[in-house]
Amino acid sequence: MTVKTIKVDQLARVEGEGALKVIARDGVVQSAELNIFEPPRFFEAFLRDRMYTEAPDITARICGICPVAYQMSAVHAMENALGVAVDGPLRELRRLIYCGEWIESHTLHIYMLHAPDFLGYEGAIEMARDHADIVRRGLDLKRAGNSIIALLGGREIHPINVRVGGFYRAPRRRELQPLAEELKRARDWALATVRWTAGFDFPDMERDYEFVALRGDGEYPFSQGRIASSRGLDISAAEYDEHFEETHVEHSTALHAHIKTRGPYLTGPLARYALNAASLSPLAREAAREAGLGSACANPFRSIIVRAVEVLYACDEALRIIADYEEPERSAVDLDARAATGYAATEAPRGMLYHRYQLTADGKIADARIVPPTSQNQPSIEEDLKTFATAWLDLPDDALRHRCEQTIRNHDPCISCATHFLRLEIDRGG
Amino acid sequence: MERARRPKLAVWKFASCDGCQLSLLDCEDELLEVAGEIEIAHFLEATRATIQGPYDLSLVEGSVTTAHDAARIQEIRKQSRFLVTIGACATAGGIQALRNFADVREYTAIVYARPDYIQTLATSTAIGDHVKVDFELRGCPISTRQLIEVISAFLAGRKPQTPPHSVCVECKIAGNLCVMVGHGTPCLGPVTHAGCGAVCPAYNRGCYGCYGPMETPNTPSLSAGLSKLGMDDDALKRIYRTFNANADAFRKESERHDR
Ligand code: SF4
Ligand code: SF4
Repeated sequence: MTVKTIKVDQLARVEGEGALKVIARDGVVQSAELNIFEPPRFFEAFLRDRMYTEAPDITARICGICPVAYQMSAVHAMENALGVAVDGPLRELRRLIYCGEWIESHTLHIYMLHAPDFLGYEGAIEMARDHADIVRRGLDLKRAGNSIIALLGGREIHPINVRVGGFYRAPRRRELQPLAEELKRARDWALATVRWTAGFDFPDMERDYEFVALRGDGEYPFSQGRIASSRGLDISAAEYDEHFEETHVEHSTALHAHIKTRGPYLTGPLARYALNAASLSPLAREAAREAGLGSACANPFRSIIVRAVEVLYACDEALRIIADYEEPERSAVDLDARAATGYAATEAPRGMLYHRYQLTADGKIADARIVPPTSQNQPSIEEDLKTFATAWLDLPDDALRHRCEQTIRNHDPCISCATHFLRLEIDRGG
Repeated sequence: MERARRPKLAVWKFASCDGCQLSLLDCEDELLEVAGEIEIAHFLEATRATIQGPYDLSLVEGSVTTAHDAARIQEIRKQSRFLVTIGACATAGGIQALRNFADVREYTAIVYARPDYIQTLATSTAIGDHVKVDFELRGCPISTRQLIEVISAFLAGRKPQTPPHSVCVECKIAGNLCVMVGHGTPCLGPVTHAGCGAVCPAYNRGCYGCYGPMETPNTPSLSAGLSKLGMDDDALKRIYRTFNANADAFRKESERHDR
């Protein structure tokens, strides 16, 4: 019997640090485990006894790459508990800041973290030596996303202007104008990015995922819509716990989320696209068609194209919001504390992010639960590895190791944001 | 022709959200320039390529929360000529230092189904509690402008210019209306270290102290003012207990209201 064990100790270019273990016997992959070296930070524990108003700023610190997603899930869950709806221009501004995060985070992943895999570089710094113009375009595009967040949020990372009920200060119309100029250029770069990524060489590998994402009511989803799946799930965020569960399994280093009775599922750009492609803007739809995406894409390596399409959509949508923007009379709606439980799921760049808070009558958090996208996707990432790696076993170790890393990076796992990831002794197996 | 040896930069992560090292990737223009002058020897978020130490400049993000990390920072210190902490986690222990005020076993049981799988220390501590730190950058997150200043100062062999005054002074410089005087909004600006450019007051919001305490802040006097604005002990305790909860001045002041 031949035993082949490939270990990658530090997985570069995923946010945070992880390790991966693949064990093969007699030419077939037996198991694939993604291990995360992320010390626990206990957010759900120290959220207890904080005021509901503090959750957006505190949970933002779970992840510096997608703080807006944490803030949005927190404010929507709190508003759900307090029984208020934030509509009109304030709702539009929330979509706008989310556009900024998608542009920034997706572009970071596409250019700095993912494209080097397809073009044979160790990272963007090395890639920049041969393709300075392309890396420059990526940085400019990313900056357009950052500009939205900085203007609406006060700064790029951990924005300070988001609050339960709305914003501390709503922007004036004229403040948004320079942003529109930058976004028009960004839209061209985004279109060029779709075409650029569509030309990469992709391994011919598909998987039969159950896609899970919000389904917007005629709009591509950021923070609102029902939780839907490609196999017929259709529920509100309040029903999440009835249909999904997280398990703390001994062989793994992380809490793994599953659909009860069915198993692993995938959230993120592939899932959003599969469930909402028809709601993309005409320009983004056309670009997706030209890139050969079809109505759904089940090849995780091609997720880089779907991310580019979403960046294009986010530029388009941001421009629409700015063009239609009317200054709200007040920057936030009134809120009254009450004892209740609130639920929300929103679409972080890398996948669905679920928050649930139980509040006391005086507005304190009695219980908090947060399910980040990476712990939802981790079982699917491991399935990808198990499914694909058998075909690569004859490659030299280095090449095989690199393919496995790529397989993980396909899903842009933000390891810091998986609040539950922890260090664990690994069973090295046979 | 051989180029002169470029200084080697390393970026290290401990318990954190990655936001501070992301600030380095956010220095879009400067990054390409900086990349020409220094050799990025260890920055896993940006590249798989790693180069052996020793390193000329180590930027450290995150706090120490595990026994393994307590040992790792010793090793990094040995390999680094200069070591700079970036952000509130590395400089003060971060938001995860809230465990220092609680029982970590209880925390573990709240979050995890199988607490016995978890290995963690009872406290989250700053890098400076473990090794000598050559310079500390404040903020949750740090400002990219200050980060560039630190790297440039290091390249030029001079001391970084990061003003030690309060956020209040930055408000005056920016011409902001004082939110406390103007709207009666509670604000930690008078005791908080400068660096952000007084972002929150510019957005009609009080400062929540993400840059941590300035040197010798008068926290009792501020707390007296805040209680006149209607904050009770519990609210005062919470306002000092966020991203810099374990910084000395904020910890002591929060403890005065913990009853
Ligand atoms: S200081 Fe704040 S922004 Fe920086 S790593 Fe820590 S939590 Fe993130
Ligand atoms: S005003 Fe205070 S809380 Fe706001 S960014 Fe500056 S230091 Fe941080």
